[in-house]
Amino acid sequence: MIEIKNLTKQFDGLYVLKDVSFVVEDAKLVVILGPSGTGKTVLLKSILRLLPVESGEVYFDGKNILTAETREVYAIRRSVGFVFQSSALFDSMNVYENIALPLVEHTKISGREIREKVKELLEIVGLPGREKLYPNALSGGMKRLVSIARALALEPRYLFYDEPTTGLDPIMRERIVNLIVNLKKDFKKSGIVVTHDLETARIIGDVLYMLKDGQIKKLERIEKGIYG
Amino acid sequence: MNLFSNIADFSAFFLKSFFFPWDFRKQKIRILEQIDSVGVGSLPIIILISAFLGLVTTVQLSYQLLGLLPRYFLGAVVGRMVLIELGPILTGLIVSGRCASAMAAEIGTMRVTEQIDALESMAISPYQFLGFPRIMGTLISLPILTVFSEFVAIYTGSLYAHTFLNVPLSVYNYGLVRNFYPRDLFGGLLKSILFAFAISVSGCFFGFKVKGGAKEVGAATTYAVVTACVLILILDFIVALLVFG
Repeated sequence: MIEIKNLTKQFDGLYVLKDVSFVVEDAKLVVILGPSGTGKTVLLKSILRLLPVESGEVYFDGKNILTAETREVYAIRRSVGFVFQSSALFDSMNVYENIALPLVEHTKISGREIREKVKELLEIVGLPGREKLYPNALSGGMKRLVSIARALALEPRYLFYDEPTTGLDPIMRERIVNLIVNLKKDFKKSGIVVTHDLETARIIGDVLYMLKDGQIKKLERIEKGIYG
Repeated sequence: MNLFSNIADFSAFFLKSFFFPWDFRKQKIRILEQIDSVGVGSLPIIILISAFLGLVTTVQLSYQLLGLLPRYFLGAVVGRMVLIELGPILTGLIVSGRCASAMAAEIGTMRVTEQIDALESMAISPYQFLGFPRIMGTLISLPILTVFSEFVAIYTGSLYAHTFLNVPLSVYNYGLVRNFYPRDLFGGLLKSILFAFAISVSGCFFGFKVKGGAKEVGAATTYAVVTACVLILILDFIVALLVFG
């Protein structure tokens, strides 16, 4: 379970997050909705301590990442797979190397096992046989899928998705939405999805929140004109 | 105040990148990649420029010394100038122009495209993953490049003296060997080790500091090269004072 309490973040005196609190239950996907520029990505990065915050607490299974030692922070981060909006694949590495990196860095499994694991992950995301391609040879949607495969490499408890469907064509969008739903159903992955895409939120979200003017509000359902 | 905070940040970055429990098994490949990039990649330009360095030095010295001093002095002075000063500093400045800028641009681009955040999110320290191999790669490459540079400069100088100034190679070499002091060579190599730190830490530090987009990446490359060059000149003076002063 992830528990976020009174998270506050400002940039140059402007509050992006004001006392943001919510809980991510096990095997549930929390969707944070909000128009562009409201601080959804900042929220996601702040939860994982990729950005410093002014105040607040973020507990991963009872451990506060914001006050933890560096070693503990890294241990918590290993339990989270992060899918970036830009995919954030390493340009200088091919698909295989991108996905294998966390396995090489954090496990002692053999090269053969890593190859098998990468192959398996690429099959899960529907990109078999693309190991040797470099990110510049992939479409935006394929990059997103490789990014999801990389996030799954260490078999994390939680998955964070930053705008997973933004900028994709309808077919790729549907493919990624189905993948997120399947990962939750088949692998019991809980996590947080930030998006401004109402249709995606409606399909994948177990719990919905709206982030606006730095404050978070729980939504019972998604209605038209919600961003009003 | 800004200068002091920058110096503090610069030092903190160096400590974070360089002092940590090293896992040589994981770092080995990355360090070799950097040796290839910094060392092997810089070799052709170092050879070219060092050849002209040797030629120009010999021409200038012959203009000033020949007729006043015995001819073997040409080898002696070219050798000592190259070993003490010209070899290390020219190599340092060329590598800083070529590699500090490349490091800042590469790491800066990784910063703006969230690749460094991706490393952090995977519990991989970007300082150890990106900073350490670059520092080590430069640290290993630069002294070797400096020796290459010195050899090429002295050799081309001797060829010029022999071909155009009628100074026999045996006379040139006599001056070179007679006035060779190990302190000159090791003082020059000490400089190159310190220059390697200046180049790699500047390149990586300004790359990591990038916030924004393409314009900031461009500015970071400029800061990296300028800072590396200034540090090289300051360190050159300090070593000259301590070792040769």
